[in-house]
Amino acid sequence: MNIAELQKKLLAAARAHRPGEEVPCAFEKRIMARLAEKPAMDLLSIWNRTLWQAVAPCVATMLLLGVWTFLSQGSDNPGETLAADLEDSLYVPLDNQTEAW
Amino acid sequence: MPDSAPVGRTDAELIAAVLNGDAASFEPLIKKYQPRVFATARRYARRESEVEDIVQEVFLKAFQKLGSFRGDAPFEHWLMRLALRTCYDFLRAHQRNREMSFTDISREETDWLERFVVSPSDASEQAAAARELVQRVLAQLAPAARLVITLLEIEDRSVKEVALLTGWSVPVVKIRAFRARAQMRKFLEKLAREKYL
Repeated sequence: MNIAELQKKLLAAARAHRPGEEVPCAFEKRIMARLAEKPAMDLLSIWNRTLWQAVAPCVATMLLLGVWTFLSQGSDNPGETLAADLEDSLYVPLDNQTEAW
Repeated sequence: MPDSAPVGRTDAELIAAVLNGDAASFEPLIKKYQPRVFATARRYARRESEVEDIVQEVFLKAFQKLGSFRGDAPFEHWLMRLALRTCYDFLRAHQRNREMSFTDISREETDWLERFVVSPSDASEQAAAARELVQRVLAQLAPAARLVITLLEIEDRSVKEVALLTGWSVPVVKIRAFRARAQMRKFLEKLAREKYL
């Protein structure tokens, strides 16, 4: 049997037969009834959608803050600033004690 | 069926009305497009109850996702893409049922095959038996293979159109089409072996 020829013939048979466009009576009413059954949108999906919508602005804000922090650190001497901050933090209790005395 | 769709309301107006909370404006859209959706669903499902379930699912999804319709392409294109994806989901959900033997093919189909073996030109592609046989072969294919064969070979769409409809890239469509044709040949070889060896 010539398989390639059979394949062509069968595909031609499928092409020759277009499926019908008949619609059962009042089918649109059935769909509208189904739509009326379920609420347009429940609270959970609103909450879910809002969360997803918030993802992009949050990521953008995070990136902007990251870039801003990186750039502002880069303008000073980062090593010096860090050391000074650490020193200040360590001496805060001592300063407070001195003031108390 | 009487057509009670409001005259003069375009798809865009109806969609805008639905999005503003007037769910009843969805009904004229269903009436207008359901024949095409039914025809599409009948390509992939044989039982009328399954076809009705697919069409219902398409319009329920369309209603729920109407907010995502941007309006830069006709509503019909958007709806038909949705219909095709629903049909694909249907095929995937029912793919376990497709394993079957060719031994149960009907007398008419066997006669048609025998006519084809003796003289291929005498076996008419208009015959009902040929249509039944091709449906049987298509039902054996994997969902993606069936979808791509239907769109490319039966509906005569271009690779680009298939890519647009399915959301697959052009190379993916070409690869799937190649595999689908090979898979179909394999089933036909199996049919030839089972019936004539």
